[in-house]
Amino acid sequence: MFQRWKDSITPTDIVMWMIGGSMLLMIVWGSVATLVEGKYTGRHWVDFVIFGLAQGSIYALIATGYTMVYGVLRMINFAHGEVFMSGPFTAYYAAAAMYRTDFLDNHPFMALMVIFLVAMSVSTTIAFFLEKVAYRPLRGAPRLIPLITAIGASFFLQYLFRGLYGSGVQAYPVIKVLEGQWMIFGIRILKFQVVVILAAILLMVGLYSFIMLTRVGKAIRAVSEDKEASALMGINVDGMISTTFVIGGMAAGAAGVLYALMFKQVHFFMGFIPGIKAFTAAVLGGIGNIPGAMLGGIFLGLIESVGPSLFLDGLGIPAPYQLKDAIAFTMLVLVLIFRPTGIMGERLAVKKA
Amino acid sequence: MRRLLTILLVFGIIIGLTAMPAVAADKGVVKIRKGEPVHIAYWFVISGANTSLGMDTVRGCEIAIDDFGGKLKGHPVKLSGQDEMCNPEGGQAASSKIASDPSILAAIGSNCSSAATPGAPILWGAGIPTVSPSNTSPTLTAADRGEEFNGYLRTAHNDTIQGAVGAQFAFNKLKIKRAATVHDGSVYAEQLANVFAKTFKELGGTITAQEAVNAGDTDMRPVLTSISTGKPELLYLPIFIAEGGFITRQSKEVAGMEKVKLMGADGIFSPDFYKAAGEAAVGMYHTSPDFTAFGSGYKKFLTAHKDRYGMAPEAPFHAHSYDATMLILNAIDKVAVQHDDGSLTVDRMKLRDQLYATKDFKGLTGTLNCNENGDCADPRIAVYETNIDNVKKGLMPTTPFWKPY
Amino acid sequence: MTHARSIWNNGVKTGIIGGVAVLIISLVGMVVSFNRRDIIFEFIAMGHTLLLMTGILIGYTAAKKTTATTTMVKCFNAVVASLVTFSFLALLVIIGNAVNLRAILVNASPMLYKALTLGHHDSAAGIFIILGIGLLCGICAAVLYSVPTAVRRITITALCSVVIAGVLQDLLRPVLLAWGPMSVISDFLFAGNGLTAAGALTVILVIAGIMTVWNFKGDDVKENYQHFSGGTQRGIKIGAFVLLACVLLILPQIVGLFLSEVLTIVGLYVLLGLGLNIVVGYAGLLDLGYVAFFAIGSYVTAILTSPELGFFALNFWQALPFAVLVGICFGVLLGIPVLKMRGDYLAIATLGFGEIIRILVLSDALRPWLGGAQGINKIGKPSLMGYEFSQPQEIYYFILAGCLLVVFISMRLKDSRLGRAWMAMREDEDVAQAMGINLVATKLLAFASGAGFSALSGAIFSAKIGSVYPHSFSVFISINIICLIIVGGMGSIPGVIVGAAALVGLPELLREFADYRMFVYGAALVAMMLLRPEGLWPDVRHKMELHKDESVAEEPQVSTAT
Repeated sequence: MFQRWKDSITPTDIVMWMIGGSMLLMIVWGSVATLVEGKYTGRHWVDFVIFGLAQGSIYALIATGYTMVYGVLRMINFAHGEVFMSGPFTAYYAAAAMYRTDFLDNHPFMALMVIFLVAMSVSTTIAFFLEKVAYRPLRGAPRLIPLITAIGASFFLQYLFRGLYGSGVQAYPVIKVLEGQWMIFGIRILKFQVVVILAAILLMVGLYSFIMLTRVGKAIRAVSEDKEASALMGINVDGMISTTFVIGGMAAGAAGVLYALMFKQVHFFMGFIPGIKAFTAAVLGGIGNIPGAMLGGIFLGLIESVGPSLFLDGLGIPAPYQLKDAIAFTMLVLVLIFRPTGIMGERLAVKKA
Repeated sequence: MRRLLTILLVFGIIIGLTAMPAVAADKGVVKIRKGEPVHIAYWFVISGANTSLGMDTVRGCEIAIDDFGGKLKGHPVKLSGQDEMCNPEGGQAASSKIASDPSILAAIGSNCSSAATPGAPILWGAGIPTVSPSNTSPTLTAADRGEEFNGYLRTAHNDTIQGAVGAQFAFNKLKIKRAATVHDGSVYAEQLANVFAKTFKELGGTITAQEAVNAGDTDMRPVLTSISTGKPELLYLPIFIAEGGFITRQSKEVAGMEKVKLMGADGIFSPDFYKAAGEAAVGMYHTSPDFTAFGSGYKKFLTAHKDRYGMAPEAPFHAHSYDATMLILNAIDKVAVQHDDGSLTVDRMKLRDQLYATKDFKGLTGTLNCNENGDCADPRIAVYETNIDNVKKGLMPTTPFWKPY
Repeated sequence: MTHARSIWNNGVKTGIIGGVAVLIISLVGMVVSFNRRDIIFEFIAMGHTLLLMTGILIGYTAAKKTTATTTMVKCFNAVVASLVTFSFLALLVIIGNAVNLRAILVNASPMLYKALTLGHHDSAAGIFIILGIGLLCGICAAVLYSVPTAVRRITITALCSVVIAGVLQDLLRPVLLAWGPMSVISDFLFAGNGLTAAGALTVILVIAGIMTVWNFKGDDVKENYQHFSGGTQRGIKIGAFVLLACVLLILPQIVGLFLSEVLTIVGLYVLLGLGLNIVVGYAGLLDLGYVAFFAIGSYVTAILTSPELGFFALNFWQALPFAVLVGICFGVLLGIPVLKMRGDYLAIATLGFGEIIRILVLSDALRPWLGGAQGINKIGKPSLMGYEFSQPQEIYYFILAGCLLVVFISMRLKDSRLGRAWMAMREDEDVAQAMGINLVATKLLAFASGAGFSALSGAIFSAKIGSVYPHSFSVFISINIICLIIVGGMGSIPGVIVGAAALVGLPELLREFADYRMFVYGAALVAMMLLRPEGLWPDVRHKMELHKDESVAEEPQVSTAT
């Protein structure tokens, strides 16, 4: 056993482990230095974790859409960030109208339902037509070609919405029920964050059980395993792929509204960075794997929130939060060095990736 | 084959060497025939993340041309535009495009200082002066900026003035001893944050943290938590609307930051910021030009804006852009020589000199006087305080809370 | 399906797609904004031209798609499609007059309605005008469809030439004006903000004339060429090559400042594209962080030459080798951690590297050494024998030389042992390894050579601009380079050049329409990939792969789960 393990070690592995090891060492060193310095109290750390969880939940929701599409088509849907943007950007006008007529304050839950409905239907429509127009004709083409269409579609959608709704920043109205904070077990937590985290968990559980338990979910899994074989088994492959896009679009629309409620601002460019982050989260968790995407999202959110303070503050580096994306990507590379197919991705390891 | 390539290479270098660059001390004269338009160009950022900044300034130009009457000595005024993309290569390409059109008399731009650095010399190389409504980097109008910047002016004020006013206000008026700064990695914000920190320390205060976020970040709570550990009394955030809105809103939600006073610069002195920040902006301070000099002109501008575009201005520099355009149109009006056949001639060098000679020009942003380095802005920066009425109505405060002079 | 429905079916369906298209064109503001420019002065504006072209295209497509045998039915469908398309616009005007759409859709302004109805937006006449134009488009499409192919081709080319001349007037005029006597031509062709009527007619006649002559004589010329002996053919080829070289050499002197600037930008992207072509096209490693090496090349040059930081004061030529060397080192260094990653894992890890480098150069932490947000200014310009390259017309030669060098290296690499190893690895890593290819060395060499080219390009870039800012090195540069490689044709050297010209040069030429540049760019990328997935100038091997299904349709298919 040991012998076989020893044989499979190449000098490359050793160099890689050294790189990984030295990065880890830096991280541990920085963390210890920060903790020894004692600038942050326990309460601060709890806050960091909660902030990270809330941000991570949103990443996780978008990442789910990425990962599902990847599962069935083995392509990076670069335009997913724009699907995410289209919903809340459109729903803003519904929200603003309801705010003006005081409907929002009098019936907040009805109003929220309307906002979600509008956003999810727009995102879903965009996702559906995106697949039909831009991806379906390219089924079977080399993998880089749909990537380029996806990039093109991403630009097109961004600037389409800019042209339609204008280039300015629009601000979502405040929903009074969701303002303020709760004390849970002595921990101060914003109502929003509770709602976002709960909604994310709910949606994820729903999605996961849909994929694992229903017939359609089973069919989607079959398509992602092998398109030809599932076609032979009588599964409507095109239909299943469309369904996947529709579900991914719904998740993105919902995530978009949560995002808009949490951060209040919507504009045509808002999808790009969350899109890249969600893609990172999906890869981090093992792309194609739904629980992996959730885990990746949460992990990324946590790293962005906790990382700069924990790793860099103790080393005396100025403006650590400017480097938060650098830390996030370094952690990604670190994870991929030790697990080249992400935290939970194993299935795809060799053949399909 | 290989030999052929070598020969070609050598040939190429020789031609390149012999090609003489057109050097002319005299910048030439532009002739506008009867019926042809007086052509000016803008170079603003009209794509990407900073689009709203650019579009806002474009609208300022268009309204200025309307207000001027759309005609100059019987010739229609034509405005064309280039995208400077808020980066140096965009600035270079945009300015080359403008410089290659011999009919263009003057330019308005750029939005971003990083685009102006390579762009302004190219324009002046072609004899085109440019007036920027929103570049605030001190180097552009520094005394040692070099001859190639001789055609560069701006109606935006220099960062060094604004940052220092902010620090004086915090230390002298608010009696604050501990402050923190945050910037977003843009040339503008980083400069302002540094000037503020430097002045504040010179006055005897303590800077507890100089943090930075990235453009496009949304979750500012972690960085605010980190800032809160230094127990500052004031946070200076000279950044732009989106990130500024996030920080302002979220600072009320972070333990230890609720009572910290916030101060922004003119980058977030706009109704759009109130939309983005909501009621969290109440009690916030801004440094911005002294609006008491604005008078009724600005109100008229806002009405014209609403009529023409169906909305209020969405970024802070539209008034500066209006002034820049007016400055140029007036200068052209002064130096253009009318001929009997209905044509106009404009001497480029005279136009430049006329722009630099601007004195006591009543603009929207105050009384403009151009100095020998091209700084035209009214250097009177005041501090404003936002109250609940401002936020609810989406109107900026009009009377200064404090003036340094 | 009833017969009656199937007659309408195609026209209506295509018409609805067209309707959505013209709605989008109108509502993103293209019509109003393009209408500020005329194609033919005081006759037809650009925005209207765009709508007309869309209408005719839709009608033509409908006719072509209809399977019916009679031309009558096809033409009928063309008219139906165009009418349906324009009825969407009529609907927009009706709704827009009733409700204030502008509260949501910023471009649904009275100006738009005015433009669409040719000024009659507040009366019913406007609606009929729109529908009338639709009918006209339909008839044009039907006529175009029914005339013989040759006539159709000549008409379309001639009309398109007028549109192109009108669109590019801002580029053509300064070039013509710069050449004393040519200004007469310029005055004849252009007036105000468009072509003159006489100018437009001349363009149509000249193009149509050339096309007609070519139509009748073209085949003879081709045939004659076939009959030449091998030697003569080769002579003609070399002659063409020398001609091309001469054109390349004197180009910047003719076209003036702006076009030279565009040429230098395209040249830089050709350099970058050729480098990435090695990594992605030859070795099949999807690298989304290629901008990292571009940034490294720029920053190394800046640090070594700029007096602003005051560490070194080398001149450009002394700094250049260091820039390339550091680039190569980073290529290897960043290559090692990703050796085991494949496909999308590799893509995101490299994208991460690109972002890490950008964030690091931007950071306050490294500000004393790298300039932070304020960038580095006063970078040394290259000079040769006391002569400084500073104008784009001069930098052009420098970039041209760089491009030739890199094209040469690329060509040699492609057919070398290493090149074949890369391609083997691209096709199947496991098989390549089994054939005795050292994957580690091969991959690292691909990363290193790609990085070297990129750093070279970065060094030239920083010298050209004279200052570097972190904001220049965003992920969009990497994305743009990937796109130009694929659009050009993956793995093909001429493809990279064509791709760079199409994706970098064209948008630069059409700077006027900057508001819509990204919009059109996105749409064009999608359309391009759908219509011509193999790229504009594909590599022979890749083309075979893409059209494998057609050529070997007879043979049993192996499952191609990629």
